[in-house]
Order: sequence, then C-alpha cells, then structure tokens
Amino acid sequence: MSVSTAPAPATSPETHHEDTGLWSWITTVDHKRIGIMYFVTSLFFLGVGGIEALIIRLQLFSPENQLISAQVYNQLFTMHGTTMIFLVAMPQAVAFFNYIVPLQIGARDVAFPRLNALSYWIYLFGAIYLNVSWFVGAAPNTSWVGYANLTSTQFSPGLNVDFWVLGLSILGVSSIMGGVNFITTIINLRAPGMKLMRMPLFTWMTFVTSFLLVTALPVIAVALILLAFDRFFATNFFVASAGGDPVLWQHLFWIFGHPEVYILVLPAFGVISDVIPAFSRKPLFGYPVVVYAGVLIGFIGWGVWSHHMFTSGLGPIADSFFVASTMIIAIPTGVKIFNWMATMWGGAIRFTTAMMFAVGLVALFTVGGLSGIMHSSAPVDLQQHDSYFVVAHFHYVIVGGILLGMFSGVYYWFPKVTGRLLDEKLGKLHFWSTIIGFNLTFFPMHFSGMYGMPRRTWTYRAELNVEIYNQLSTVGAFFLGASTLLLLWNIWKSLKSGEKAGHNPWGAPTLEWSIPSPPHHYNFPALPEVRSREPLWNDDERAAIEAVTLHEPATEPEMPNPSFWPIVVAFGITITWALVMTGIWWVPLLGLAFTALGVYAWAFEDPFKKKAAH
Amino acid sequence: MKSVRLPLGLLGLALLTACAGEYPQSSISPTTDFADTIHGLYVTIFWWTMLILTGVWIVLAYILVKFRERPDSPKPKQIHGHLGMEIAWTIGPALIVVAIAIPTIQAVFATQEVPEESLVVEVIGHQYWWEFRYPENGGLVTANELHIPMGTPVSLRIHSDDVIHSFWVPQLGGKRDANPLRQVPEGQDLKYNWIHFTAQETGTFMGQCAEFCGDSHSLMGIRVIVETQEEFDAWLGDLAAGHPQTVTQSQALNATTEGLPAPTAPALAQEETGQEEAPPAEDPGTVEGRNLFLANCSACHAINGVSEAGVIAPNLTLLGRRSSIAAGLLENNVDNLVRWIGDPQSVKPGALMPGLEYQGGRPPVVWPAFNLTPDQVRTVANYLYSLR
Amino acid sequence: MAEAAAVAHDDHHYTSTGLNSWKVGFWTFIGSECLFFGTLLSTYMVYKGAALQGPYPGDVFDIPLTTISTFVLLMSSLAMVLALDGVQRGNKRLALFWLGVVIVFGSIFLGFQYYEFTHFVHEGLTLQQSVFGSTFFVLTGFHGAHVTVGVIWMISLFVMGLRDKLPPEKALSVEIAGLYWHFVDIVWIVIFVLVYLIP
Repeated sequence: MSVSTAPAPATSPETHHEDTGLWSWITTVDHKRIGIMYFVTSLFFLGVGGIEALIIRLQLFSPENQLISAQVYNQLFTMHGTTMIFLVAMPQAVAFFNYIVPLQIGARDVAFPRLNALSYWIYLFGAIYLNVSWFVGAAPNTSWVGYANLTSTQFSPGLNVDFWVLGLSILGVSSIMGGVNFITTIINLRAPGMKLMRMPLFTWMTFVTSFLLVTALPVIAVALILLAFDRFFATNFFVASAGGDPVLWQHLFWIFGHPEVYILVLPAFGVISDVIPAFSRKPLFGYPVVVYAGVLIGFIGWGVWSHHMFTSGLGPIADSFFVASTMIIAIPTGVKIFNWMATMWGGAIRFTTAMMFAVGLVALFTVGGLSGIMHSSAPVDLQQHDSYFVVAHFHYVIVGGILLGMFSGVYYWFPKVTGRLLDEKLGKLHFWSTIIGFNLTFFPMHFSGMYGMPRRTWTYRAELNVEIYNQLSTVGAFFLGASTLLLLWNIWKSLKSGEKAGHNPWGAPTLEWSIPSPPHHYNFPALPEVRSREPLWNDDERAAIEAVTLHEPATEPEMPNPSFWPIVVAFGITITWALVMTGIWWVPLLGLAFTALGVYAWAFEDPFKKKAAH
Repeated sequence: MKSVRLPLGLLGLALLTACAGEYPQSSISPTTDFADTIHGLYVTIFWWTMLILTGVWIVLAYILVKFRERPDSPKPKQIHGHLGMEIAWTIGPALIVVAIAIPTIQAVFATQEVPEESLVVEVIGHQYWWEFRYPENGGLVTANELHIPMGTPVSLRIHSDDVIHSFWVPQLGGKRDANPLRQVPEGQDLKYNWIHFTAQETGTFMGQCAEFCGDSHSLMGIRVIVETQEEFDAWLGDLAAGHPQTVTQSQALNATTEGLPAPTAPALAQEETGQEEAPPAEDPGTVEGRNLFLANCSACHAINGVSEAGVIAPNLTLLGRRSSIAAGLLENNVDNLVRWIGDPQSVKPGALMPGLEYQGGRPPVVWPAFNLTPDQVRTVANYLYSLR
Repeated sequence: MAEAAAVAHDDHHYTSTGLNSWKVGFWTFIGSECLFFGTLLSTYMVYKGAALQGPYPGDVFDIPLTTISTFVLLMSSLAMVLALDGVQRGNKRLALFWLGVVIVFGSIFLGFQYYEFTHFVHEGLTLQQSVFGSTFFVLTGFHGAHVTVGVIWMISLFVMGLRDKLPPEKALSVEIAGLYWHFVDIVWIVIFVLVYLIP
C-alpha cells in the first residue's frame, strides 16, 4: 500500500472569498467553520463539566465530608450529567458530523447551510442559558433524569428546575434541526457513485444517529412540555394526588433516553470504524454487517427503555420483555467488536495515537458492555440500579466508548482540519495518561457500588467502608483531568508549529483525504466520481479522483452567502423559552414574534444572490 | 494497557469474595431467600462476562502484538469479510444470552411471587425518613428502624408520601421504588410496590434510600433489625404499650393483649387535669420533658400512650432503644438528640423539623420555630432518650 | 472528468436522488412531528379514564359539532391541492382563490376550537381540573397552534401571490406548505378518532 504520490499542494493556497474577522464567524454558513465552532464550544463545556466532576470527587474524598453543602452538591452532579451529555458528548459528535460528513460523501456543504448555523447558535445560547443558572445561584438540582414528582413546584419551588426544563427544550430544537439536516445531506448530497453501501462507516453512523435524533428528541420535548405545564400552569400530568402518574415521566424520559445512549455512542463507533481500517491497511471486515449492526442497534434501542426502570414496579411480564430486548441488543454490539478485531487481524497495524485510542475503545467499551449485561438481568439490577456500580458502568461506556472514540477522531482528522499533524509523542502521553486516569477513576466505583453506596449522594457514612475506593476515584479523576490538559497543550502547540500534513498523511482510503488540508471553503472544485468503498486505495480510482479534487479551478464554485439571520432566529427562540419563566402566558409570545420576524427575513433572503461589492 | 489487565482481572475476582462484616451495606452478602436468588444469578452472569472479557482481551492482545507493522511487513491481504465467521460470532453470543436470560426470567417471576401467608409491613418513604406500619398488628407505627422476625415470610408494601424514594437494604435483597400513591377514580385499586422475602439470619442490616429525593437524599438511612419471633413479639408488645404517664405496667400489658395500643385520651385528659395523679416513680425531668413534648412536638410526632395526634413526623415510641436517630444518621445519645432538635438544618438540610432558629425550608414553612430555650431542648432530649 | 464538471456546473441543484432537498428535509421533519404528536396522544391515551373528577369526556364532547369542524379542515386540504395545482399551472386567480379557501377554512376550524375551549371552560373543564383537562387541552392546543402556524404560512403565500411572486418555478414552496397542511389535517383525523369517537 503506497501512500498517495499525487503532486498535491500541502496546504490550500490563500482563499480570496473567505474573511476571517469575528463577523465572518458569526454569519458563517460554512459547515467546516460551524464544525469548528461546535468543537471548540463542546471542548469548553468539557472543561466546565470536568471541573464540576472534580469538585464532586473532592467532596467524596472522605466520608461525611463537609467541603460543600448538599444543596451545592446536588446542583453540581445534576449539571455535570446534563453538561456532559447535552453540551459535550452530543455537540462533539455534531462537530464531527459537520466537518467530516460532507467531505466523506463529496459534498460542498450540508443540505441546509443556514439551518446548520441556526442549530449551532441555538446550542450555544441554550448552553449559556443553562449555565446562567449558576450565577443566580439556582442551577438545576434534580439530576439529569429529573424524575417527577421531585421536579414539581411543590417539591422544587425554586428556579432550578425551570432552568433545566427550559434549557433542555432549547437544546432539543437544535438537535432535531441538526438531525433533519444530516439526514437530508446524506440522502441527497452524495457525489456521483457514492452509493449508500459505499459510504464510510462514520457517515453511516451519522445517518443512523440523525434518525435517532429526529425521532427521540420529540419524545423528550413532549415530556419537558408536560413538565413545564405542570410547573407554570398548574396542570396535573405528574401530580399523583390529582390522578397523574410520576412514573409516566420515567417512561417518556427513557423512551428518549435509551436511544439517546446510542445517539452518543454510535458516532464514536463510526469514528473507529474508519480509523481501524486506515491504520491496519485493510478494509473494514464485514462492512455490511457492521452497517446493519448499527442500524439494528438503532432500531432495538427503541424497545429497551424500561431496563432503566426495573425497580419502579412494572411487574414480571414487562420486566421479562425488557430483559429479553436488552440482552438481544448486546448481540449486534458484540458483532461490531468482533468485526473491528477481525479488521486488525492480518493487518499491518500502525500505532498512531488515533489508532491507540480506537483500540482503547475496543478494550474498555467491552468492560462497560459486559457490566451492562449484568444489570440487563432485572433481579441483579435490583441490587445494582442507582448504585455506584451503575455509575462505573456508564462511565465505561461513555468515557471508555465515546470520549476515547472522539479523541481518536481528533488525532485522525486534525491534520485535515488544520493542515498540521498533532504531536504524536505528546499524543501517546495523552493516551496513556487518559487510560490510567480513566481506569483509576471508574474501576473502583464498581466496588463502592457493590458495597452499597448509592449514586447521587452528597456524602457517605464511614461505616460503609468504601472510603478507599472513593479516594482512588478522586485521585484518578484529577489524573484524568490533567491528561486532558495535555490534549489542549498538544492542539495549541501543533496549531503553531506542528508538522505540515499533506492532503492524505495517513494513506487513508476515504474521500475526505483526497482534497487539500485544510480544504478550500468549497471543498470540491468539481464533484468526483466514486467507484468503490475505499476509493483512495485503488490506484486508478485515486488518480481519477485526485485529478478532480486537487485541481485548482479558474473560477471558484458558487457558495451560499453568509447570513445574519440564523443567529437572530436562535436568539429569538432562546428568548421565547426563557420568557416562559415569567409564568405569564403571553410574555413568551413577544419572543415568538421576534423569532417570526427573523424567520421572515430569512425566508426572503436569497442565499446565492451576488453582492454588489464583489 | 496490557499492564493493567491482570490487576483488573484480579480485582474482578475480589468482587465475589468480599466479607460481609467489613461491608455492612454490601449487595453481595445475601441473608434472605430473595437476596440469595439475586446473588446466585449475579455469580452466574459474572462468570459468563469474565469469560467473554478474558477471551476478547487475549485475542486483542495477540492481534496487537502479532500484526503490528514491521519494516518488512508485506501489504496485508485485502479481506472484506467472511460470512461464516459473522454467523459464528452472532450465534455464539446469542447462546450465551439465552443461557443468561432463562435463569433471569425465572428469577423475575420467582422473586415477585406473592407468598401465601406473610407478615405485611407498610413502608412509607418521606423526605428524609422512613415510616413502617404493621397493619396486621393493630396498625402499630415506627420509624427508620424496621423490626422483622427471622424465618417468617415478610411482604413489604412500599409507597411514598411525597416524592419517589427507593427502599434498599442490600443484604436483604434488591431495591424497590417507593412511588407516591397515585390517586385513582373510585372502584380502581391503588398500586403499591412489593418486596417479598424471608430473613435467614438475625442481626441489624443497613440500607438507605436509593432514588434521588432531594437535598438530604444521602442522609436517609434505614436499619432493619431481624430478630427471633419471641423478640419480635415482645417488641411489638412494648411498642403497643408505649409510654403512658399514669398507666401501670399491668394495665399496659392488658392493653397489649387486647391487640390495641394503649388509649391516648386518658393520657391527654390527665394532662388537662394537672399532674397530681402522676405515679411517684416519675422523675420531675421526665414530667417536664413530656410537657415540653406535648406543647411543642406533639403536633407532628406521636408517642404511644402520650399523644398520638401527630402523624406527619416519625413516631417516637421506644426512641431510647433505637441505635440511631435522624434516619440512621447519628448515633442515638442525648448530645446528638440535643444537636438534632436544636438545629435540624445543620444535621439534615431540607428536613421539615423546625429548630430553635428556623429559617425557611421546603415546602415553605407553615409552622413557627420552637419556642424552647437550649436548656429545655436538653430536657426534651433526656425525656425522649428515656423512652425505652 | 467531463461528466463531473458538467455536474458541477449547476451544482447547487444537484442531488443524488433527484429529489429536492427541501422536500426530503421536510418529510424528515414531518417524521419528527409524528413522534411529537404520537407522544402527546399516547399521554392522552394512558390517562384515559384516570380523571378523578368531572367533567368527563362524555359530559363535554359535542360530536356533531366537532364533526363539522373536522369536515371543514378536510375540505381545506382539498383546497390546498387545488391551490398547488393553480400555482403549478401559473393560474394566479385559481391559486389565490384556493389559497383563500384554505385560509378561511383553517380559520373556521380555529374558530370552532376557540368556541369549544371556551365552552368547556364554562362547563368546568379547565387545564387544571383533572388529568383529562390537562391532556385534552395540551394535545388539541398544540394541534391548534400548528393550524395557526399553517394559516399564517398560507397568508404569507397569499400575499406573495398577490404580488406576483408565486410563479410556477416557486411551486415547490407551495408544495411544502401543502405537505405541512395535509400533515396537520391527518393528525386531526387521528385525534378526532382517538379522542372524540372512541368512548
């Protein structure tokens, strides 16, 4: 396998049409810039959620600790979960969707570039709104699942839950629109010859994830609306004394919540399904099986929600059904793991940092998957549910699966985005410190859980004898936190003085590696024609594609103009929801009117109209 | 990564060999039939998952060593897949899943089977304490420390008075949520959650609320005292007798044999008519403590034989016998009682009990702070501690 | 290469399926809306018969009246089809006439709903009265909000048409508005059957 030898410019020449000022970022509709904004924002909130986690760990360092009050602790763990899921893991995946998917399928942009900008601005404003709660001393405090009826005005009269219910509603709008955009992009904007079954796995998993976003988010939206009505208009949806059923909240939340787990993890699976073949110099083993396994996970993911509710008293028949469906979903997940291993088998594995993170995912996600099998057994779950054992389990899945997968993606695609390689030496240090910190933090939690420490507890009694496990976790958490600083340092250093990357530094097979690094703002001067799954690994095909993609056109392709209206509409939507807090029914309509003005201006703006200045 | 595998595996083994004594809230030291069933299932699944994990890791390690790129590595053979292998590694895990699912579903039904005859105890979760009622024993009530007899099937009928809690005493078995009782139209049944088990060992078992329920969720402990049938019956008798002011020992026993708690009305009547008929054995501190209790605490708390009007807070009968106060939070002694009564918010944030200086709370307070001096608090604490 | 260049020539109209992206995107959005109304309807269904106090559904529903408003909404869908046909043929008068009918019928439906709501409140069924009141008003209220958005959309198209800004090339924007309108209509049929007709 020879690395591409096409005489390509190492980096793209100065582009003429791209401005770089702040205003150009605010009005940008370029999927690559939006992807970068998503990434930077999610990295910032990774820091916020991480600091919240470290304070939590400090409080739990010793039994009956009084470092912070129970009220502050409850806000911290609620915001840690909410932040990490909605402000870090999901947007980080969306950052990759944005930057990579159009490049992988040979598109100039996403299907709806302005809508894409709108999604980002809503995410940003929603995230800010949610975190403003800290500054008014009323951060959400009823956990990321916000079980009714603790969230009722009777039991949570403060603003805390208002911030949560409205903040998540805002973020949901962003996710649904993102899902619509990526489904349309992948269905409609594939380059000639890019059949569905030729798409790179990352694009495939984006596709499945987008379907889950579009279908699962409306369910949580309804749950949040019902809760908002209960809080602001005194309805009875979750009021047991008025005939409402608090357990209905759990159903609605987890009907969304379990697909959400796959929304989080499938993109990471997609990343490593591209990384592992690239660094094994072998095509993905069983491509159709890996695709179908992903699709199947997406489908079955809808039928397992009540395994989060085995303790809520559903009765033995429902319990058995959800035991069975949960165990079945383990099978396609296992199949993916076996296919990744089979891809490496017989390959020539290069241990780049990206590959090491991918292998780390295979090894450590398996741990989380297997502890998941333990509590898929309903009776066993009666012991493990809501204990630190479960905390250990889902951190192995989320950190060991998603975070490692995303780190793998960062090291893999950084050269495409910036034109420079990340430092491999620092990268390996980052990898090993992450692995050590991660296991040190979360492995002991299996024990604290086994020995009876429930989750979401501000403190624990000394007599439980779980102090040592908590101390290990705390030490590990600081180690893990410090390791993430290595990544930041690496990014900063490599941006300035990293080794220049060619257009295909890894000799990878997929389309994004056929264009210059960083890409032109129009991505592809002309659309290449794809004839196989690994187009850049077939010498003839690569030559034909690179003749198109590395060609400098005399006139650049026409791209949509920047637009100011997405940020205006995003602001309007955020304000509308925030005004619901007043509890006066007509006040939010003011925000709605503002939004409507923005939507009209948007609708009558011609995205391709030539500006007089040019 | 290889370097961490072996220790991880060994730690995994340790999961199965923990000793209960050191870990009073351990979920892997079963002492009831219910907990045994769960534990047996857990051990089975544990070994299956260990088998898979070891297999995956060994093969992965082999791949990483054997197939790493070397300067003389030939171009790898471009294999796209193998149907037979795909089928094999779909069916293999499927069989393991079936092996796990069958005993699981058996256990699901077995553990939820209603025993033909059992002692029903009503478990009611409150922010942030537990109430236990014995509907088959004259509706006797106690709080935070549940007494049950060994060897008798027990059925816990669980619900909540406010938000969702979860009753979890790991050594007795798995947890069940205490859901607020959803009101239903006439003619429909209320829905309770149940735990059924037969305790096989005597002793004191610890647990706590396992569903996040607000500020002091972490301070909502449970203690279960499993005792012999004789001890249990004696305890029930004492609970029924309570601490009447003027009733003699023999009268109290009579009251018990009738299966009802000692009547309250006479005790209250005595209060109104003054103290002259109090038995001579009573210590003046006790009298003062009781009067302070009646004046300040009895709107919410009951003490059998003294005042049973207060039902929204823990019943304090036999308080002196309990090993802990404030739902398993503090050791039961006079100093801790003084601390607890004087400033509940510092002990348990969000607790509904007003202190000497009470400032707000949740839900918004509708009763004033205690009108007690610190000395009077100590008198009440002494009195409560004397209730044995 | 020549082929690719040809494709690139008019690339912001190129799609791999040949379908317009707005249409694909809008269908996806409708899929999402199905889940939204599906969840609201499920909530209504699981709370059926759970109201602790009246008025109960049988006390307040006026089936003949709601049948009329349902029929009006159905007819507006027909008018929508004819309006689109008018735009596609470039027949401005026809298009404006039928768009006008959609607007009027949609408004009549909203009028019925306004009457129904005030009547129910008068009968004692408020948002807060029972789980029936809560689920009924939130479900039908969100549907009504969708109809309102649809009517505003139609008015916008009508004004565009008046200003000669709806040539046949712009038929797609009417078609997508129509998709939305038909969807809202179908949702109402489901609500009508599940909420009103099934006792």
